[in-house]
Amino acid sequence: MLPFRIEKVSTEQDAIQAALAGGRYIAGGTTLVDLMREEVERPKRLIDINALPLDDIRAEGSDLIIGALARMADVAAHPDVLRLQPLIAESLIEGASPQLRNMASIGGNLLQRVRCPYFRMLDAPCNKRTPGSGCAAIDGLNAGHAILGTSDHCVATHPSDLAVALVALGATVRVRGPQGGRSFPVEQLYRLPGDTPHLEHTLQPGELIVDVNVPGGAHSRRARYLKVRDRASYEFALVSTAAALEIEDGVIRQVRLAAGGVGTRPWRLRASEDALIGKARDRQAFEAAAQLALEGARPLSGNHYKLELLPRTIVRALEMAVEAA
Amino acid sequence: MTTSLIGQPLPRVDGHAKVTGSARYAADFNQKGQAYAVIVSATVGLGRISRIDSAEVEDMPGIIAVITHRNAPRLPYGPHKSYIDPATGERLHMLQDDRVRFHGQPVAVVVADALDRAERGAAALRISYEAEQPVVDPSQAEPIIPEAAAQPGAMIPADKARGDADEALARARVTVDATYEIARENHNPMEPHATIAAWTGERLTLWSKSQFVVNEQAETAAIFGIPPEHVQVICPFIGGAFGTSLRTWPHVTLAAIAARQVGRPVKLVLTRKQMFFTTGHRPRSLQRVALGSAADGKLAAIVHEGSGETSRYEEFIEALTQPSTYLYSCQNVRTRYRLRPLDIGTPNHMRGPGEASGVFALECAMDELSYAVGIDPIELRRRNEPAIDEGVNKPFSSRSLMKCYDEAAARFGWSRRDPRPRSMRDGRLLIGMGAASATYPAFQAPSSARVRLLADGIAEVEVAASDMGPGTYTSMTQIAAEMLGLPVDQVRFRLGRSDYPPAPSHGGSWTMASVGSAIRAACIAVREDAARRAIADQRSRVFGASPEEVEWAEGRLRRRGDAVAGQPYREIVASAGAPIEAGASAQRDPEVAGRYSMHAFGAVLAEVAVDPDVGTIRVRRAVGAYGIGRVVNPRLARSQCTGGMIGGIGMALMERTVLDPRDGRPVNAHMADYLVPVNLDIPALEAHFVDEMDPHVNPLGVKGLGEIALIGMAPAIANAVFHATGKRVRTLPIRIEDVLTA
Repeated sequence: MLPFRIEKVSTEQDAIQAALAGGRYIAGGTTLVDLMREEVERPKRLIDINALPLDDIRAEGSDLIIGALARMADVAAHPDVLRLQPLIAESLIEGASPQLRNMASIGGNLLQRVRCPYFRMLDAPCNKRTPGSGCAAIDGLNAGHAILGTSDHCVATHPSDLAVALVALGATVRVRGPQGGRSFPVEQLYRLPGDTPHLEHTLQPGELIVDVNVPGGAHSRRARYLKVRDRASYEFALVSTAAALEIEDGVIRQVRLAAGGVGTRPWRLRASEDALIGKARDRQAFEAAAQLALEGARPLSGNHYKLELLPRTIVRALEMAVEAA
Repeated sequence: MTTSLIGQPLPRVDGHAKVTGSARYAADFNQKGQAYAVIVSATVGLGRISRIDSAEVEDMPGIIAVITHRNAPRLPYGPHKSYIDPATGERLHMLQDDRVRFHGQPVAVVVADALDRAERGAAALRISYEAEQPVVDPSQAEPIIPEAAAQPGAMIPADKARGDADEALARARVTVDATYEIARENHNPMEPHATIAAWTGERLTLWSKSQFVVNEQAETAAIFGIPPEHVQVICPFIGGAFGTSLRTWPHVTLAAIAARQVGRPVKLVLTRKQMFFTTGHRPRSLQRVALGSAADGKLAAIVHEGSGETSRYEEFIEALTQPSTYLYSCQNVRTRYRLRPLDIGTPNHMRGPGEASGVFALECAMDELSYAVGIDPIELRRRNEPAIDEGVNKPFSSRSLMKCYDEAAARFGWSRRDPRPRSMRDGRLLIGMGAASATYPAFQAPSSARVRLLADGIAEVEVAASDMGPGTYTSMTQIAAEMLGLPVDQVRFRLGRSDYPPAPSHGGSWTMASVGSAIRAACIAVREDAARRAIADQRSRVFGASPEEVEWAEGRLRRRGDAVAGQPYREIVASAGAPIEAGASAQRDPEVAGRYSMHAFGAVLAEVAVDPDVGTIRVRRAVGAYGIGRVVNPRLARSQCTGGMIGGIGMALMERTVLDPRDGRPVNAHMADYLVPVNLDIPALEAHFVDEMDPHVNPLGVKGLGEIALIGMAPAIANAVFHATGKRVRTLPIRIEDVLTA
């Protein structure tokens, strides 16, 4: 680990100023410290934002507001979360071990970095870590990598389970920066890798995630998160799906679908959603819609199985959502 | 003695020390003035070092030395091989030349006054290589005949046959012929390898994680060309090892080189990533098993051909095909064992070495045969139960395989199993039940021990043995207390120092048999010495008794049947004027060993649930029953057994070290990416021990348990996966993508 300075800030203004001066925000540190120990991340200056009053979790009508500094464990157990958006609690529980959930913040979860093994190997090429150095995964071992949204420069999946749930639910993220505040859909927080995979998010310099707003709806109660993996816990998704349904008289009125483990960012499945609106809630409809998720999919040498697993996971998640209410 | 201590479920005598953190592991023995060493690992998979720029690192704060092949001392590396080292080839020499033989080989060591400074120096060291293309895929390597296995009378023969298996196979009514592949696995214990080295003149002390302290002493002495008695190795506790600490690996030498170079004690701890480089692994294996049988399932032919990977500089061999020679009755058996040399570090023993992989192939093939002939898998094994070990034509000293199956089947509820594949469901989930046999040799190696009776009535027992978790401290304390007629809290058992009486390696499931027998012998010796003194002592209450009429109980020597009187140890020692000490050695009676085939057997039944939509495979429960002779401590034995079963779940469904074929690097050298079972993966596991009296293995009647606990689990799970899905997966680990389209 390289030497660094860490300073505590107590106001958002101080935090933003410090970030503009070249500091990196740190909250739970569960990604950043790990990567600093391996010297994949080498920040010289850290801004400890844990003292900022951003850990509130509350309901505003049917909306759920989650502060950026709320811990995963606290959010997952919060009565308003369980009441309004059980999908979020489920994605958090599936998302990490209890030790990590106790430390990791919501803002940090959304901005966690990829799990591509080559990203963590300083002696392997990685365009994300060292722009222009190449991608070791494209022709390497890539069973865990993405099939959607990839480029010739990067094929790493976005690892957050929570982000998949938030993207499905159409949540917005509120940020504050030197120019004031703004809000935008969580989906727009993430960039596709294109030829600049080192640029992962759309935050401007100094911008700080303040909270996440999740709008409620009739679909919120009939929502499930299915994470498929070889061991039962403490593993990133091979494929995951967040599914939320509003059903009336056996007909699908509204549906929200997003997938993890397959895309270079949390992957909203709009074509599948559109195909389901107005359909009967049966397996046939689910299977037909799930196939549409593969549009544009480009498998790599090691992850052809995801072409099979993704539609199956979508179907199963939809069935689980039907059973949820 | 009224109640025997042997067989009692004593809690761990070292449990308090472990849970309170007072147990000291190798890296805990920090020395005054100690420096820190960090290994720099090669980043190419094969080639030569062309350039090292160490000047910049040497100028960094706190850096004391940058040691590479350019400035390292030329070491004698005197000949040394123990039975845990490969018989053929030569160990890796540290920093003696510019060759890189595999990815991750140590190429430099950076020493600093603080760990973070050493880490920074190691990260900053620029090394250039002339890289060559390594070969790390066994299927791309030509199999060779292992030299040690080609010797006449080899314990692990390259080729072995009885009858004509190929002809019998061709003529058999029913046949199964399949190939099996098992991934490379790394041991991944919790405790990383660690060594603290300190020189005092020409004398070296190593606080070092080791399952074989006397060998680490001897080998380090040979490497440095100093007398063995000038090397002391200390390792009282081991935080799990599974075989990875049997050999003396390069980091031990590097710590000693560094300590000598900088003239102060040096601490060296491997990173988790480095635990995948130079500390051994279960070799990737390829196997073919062909079985031929009559319509009634009686085996007519067994062909078992297998090969394991090894490095290019050593031939690591293991008993891959051995179980096929004795597990079942069959007139025509042919086994073939080969090696595939690759540009990798040498593999080594990992829990259940050889047998775990070989039994997987054989037991999956037996399961396939059970469907081919339409006979229940357990019944199929019953029909092929041999009367003797047909491989060596000797009776078994004891064999309880079918008793184990009966016990396991009753407890598991095997009779509720519908034999048809894909026939059992629980809601949407496919349920499968699988069976497999387990076996491992009942080894015993020569060991010695020393017992000392002290004036305060305490007995000190010392052996250079190890305890990597099975409970050696506790079980040996029990044996000594039993033999001396003392309560357990008056026995102090010590291990893990190379200046104690030598013990064999802590592996191969032979610690109980070997060290236990030596302690038993030493206790008898010290008892006899004390008895002679007491009987001859006119002031003693047993004065004049004959040795036959006295016994040891409740801390004293007394006349048989005399429950109250007698001569306490304390008084015998006091009369002697000094502690009474005796040493003894024990080994298996070679005459008895020559007459019997000695193995432990077990039966494992597992139930899995497979999600037919998304392919997730979860073990729901498993029952193992084992015939391992006498169980010294059922609490520890059960704990050791369920631990081994968990290892088997890892082998079956998770563990796999993946090497990048381009440069040989392990891609998942990280605990988040190298999957081992977590709590949520572990269902109800039951381990049972059938009554088995074996008077031949040793006077204690113990066979050992460490290895067999893992063996059998993986094939039972694989067979259950087939039963659940109807899809036969012949590669380990079995993963979601393997059953997705079942």
